[in-house]
Amino acid sequence: MKLDVRGPNGSMKGSMKAYAYNGGKPFDPALPCVVFIHGAMQDHSGWTLLARWCAHHGFGVLAPDQPGHGQSAGPPLQSVQALADWTLALLDAAGVRQATLVGHSMGTLIALEAAARAPARVTRLVLLGAAYPMKVSDALLNTARAAPLEAIDMVNALSISTLASKPSYPGPGMWVHGSNRALMRNQQALCSGINLFEHDFRVCDAYAGGTAAMAKVSCPATLIVGARDQMTPPKATRDLAAALKAQVLTVPSGHHLMAEAPDAVLAGLRTALGA
Amino acid sequence: MPGYSDPGFDTLALHAGAAPDPSHGARAVPIVLSTSFVFDSSEHAASLFNMERSGHVYSRISNPTTAVLEERVAALEGGSGAIATASGQAALHLAIATLAGAGSHIVASSMLYGGSHNLLHFTLKRFGITTTFVPPGDIDGWRAAIRPETRLLFGETLGNPGLEVLDIPTVSSIAHDAGLPLLVDSTFTTPWLMKPFDHGADLVYHSATKFLSGHGTVIGGVLVDSGRFDWNNSARFPELTEPYDGFHGMVFSEESSVGAFLLRARREGLRDFGACMSPHTAWLILQGIETLPLRMARHVDNTRKIVGFLAAQPMVQRVGYPELDGHPSQALARKLLPRGCGSVFSFDLKGSRRQGVAFIEALKLFSHLANVGDCRSLVIHPASTTHFRMDDAALRAAGIGPGTIRLSIGLEDADDLIDDLKRALRAAEKAA
Repeated sequence: MKLDVRGPNGSMKGSMKAYAYNGGKPFDPALPCVVFIHGAMQDHSGWTLLARWCAHHGFGVLAPDQPGHGQSAGPPLQSVQALADWTLALLDAAGVRQATLVGHSMGTLIALEAAARAPARVTRLVLLGAAYPMKVSDALLNTARAAPLEAIDMVNALSISTLASKPSYPGPGMWVHGSNRALMRNQQALCSGINLFEHDFRVCDAYAGGTAAMAKVSCPATLIVGARDQMTPPKATRDLAAALKAQVLTVPSGHHLMAEAPDAVLAGLRTALGA
Repeated sequence: MPGYSDPGFDTLALHAGAAPDPSHGARAVPIVLSTSFVFDSSEHAASLFNMERSGHVYSRISNPTTAVLEERVAALEGGSGAIATASGQAALHLAIATLAGAGSHIVASSMLYGGSHNLLHFTLKRFGITTTFVPPGDIDGWRAAIRPETRLLFGETLGNPGLEVLDIPTVSSIAHDAGLPLLVDSTFTTPWLMKPFDHGADLVYHSATKFLSGHGTVIGGVLVDSGRFDWNNSARFPELTEPYDGFHGMVFSEESSVGAFLLRARREGLRDFGACMSPHTAWLILQGIETLPLRMARHVDNTRKIVGFLAAQPMVQRVGYPELDGHPSQALARKLLPRGCGSVFSFDLKGSRRQGVAFIEALKLFSHLANVGDCRSLVIHPASTTHFRMDDAALRAAGIGPGTIRLSIGLEDADDLIDDLKRALRAAEKAA
């Protein structure tokens, strides 16, 4: 579905067209809502299996492409705080009062910040591949600036922990490394005039509001952790888990959890949702 | 810069898509000869059918062994995924049938494998899909042939029979300017010699019967998607960007930003046309791919020695190999095929059809048959076999002379192959 999402001042002036995937069913704002928030250089398509499951099991699903990503209008927003406000504005546009926020990687920071800004609107947090702070190495940022396609390959190699993800995502015959590389290259090419890779990773690196946000979160939280994750390794989630009093579920995966271990991640999500 | 990168080609050829079998610990890829796969529960079954989960249901649609092959070829090509098919022809048909229907139009190279030409020129016409053929080097011709109803541009990395190198960067640019994908038959080159996606192609297919299998044992094809073509912004492919009543109203470009084409090709094309690959065939092709880098290096090394030998023979009028001076594609070959131009090429004997036949019949090591890409060396004389109904004028129009011989160079000792050719050349000379 396409939505008009209000601009930063809350008015329709400066609103942007946003695309949100609905899991293969028309969106019903009366159903319990699950919002899937993608990570850096990604779009909604990393969530499609989980989103379809939710949409066909009694949930209303919004899996938006963030501004400047996928099928949503740009430009990309400059901070985690701005993306959190945008996500809450997306709920307004869809007629949703409360929702479960499910984030991956950079999306976990957005979900965390949104839950802190509007505690009454967030019923649960489910964070996949989370860490705070989410610092990015100078080497990667420098490569991102000078040679973004090389940086894409670096992140691709770091984020996927196996040469044999079974069952492949989103279906048999898909090569997860190649799919992720193609998606990132497409995102980089679509966002003309902006080095989207550098932008997204700087947004992660710059976010400094996590500790304050954690203190404001009042809803139940679940962390789904990839046992082989090199980008947000399990030990990097401990402080976050303690602060959020979160249940921690570990799946056999690297950082690309939804594609590497789709069945285990679905099981974790069902546990988090009580579904 | 830190050295994080995906594994290299040789490693991927051995490992991509495969891990030790979790049930038994088998290190080699198991052959899963099962038509169908048990559901854990009714809910599990429903979620597989509705694409809420990934997994195997029925081996016409997908199979664990075949999926390893699909992932491996996708990895070697640098693609997002692949579909294995019953043959290379089935892969070509699947690509076309996924993107085109009655009223659609294709622009194709005029220098194609005969089977592909038959499909495009005769058979698809019966189903309302027409094709304009363009000489692969006629860049303006490619551009001029595109119509509003065009859905695809198509060529071979190395044309048949003259090995014209397709200018993939230029032709793909023309295609993309028109909102169209470029499909490339990469059978003769394999990803070891060239990765067409690196040069702008959007879809690649192989007759895996040839070099990928490499041992002349099985028939199979693989269709690979780069994941780079922007179906959403083309406006020519409602099959991918609008709800499909034949599969839960699914909009494939919403389901996967980089796999929309493959989702439709599998969920419709394999389901309804049914030209799937046997798991046993997939396993044999996987065995072949494990040694593809070693074999291709030897194929090219042997070919260069034999090309050099033939070019120096007085009985040989012309050798058609793009690395040679005078070949029209020499410059493109240097740019796109620095590792070599494969091991299939043709040469012209001086003399008559009878001398061509004498040459063939004198060969001992080269096998006279209609295939290429075997580990054994192969030969065919088109004028007396595949094109025997044509007179000399018609042969010339097809780029074939009465003395044209096509060789597929195998992995034998090059000196033995050269000795075999010497004997055959003497026989041809005597038959004058």
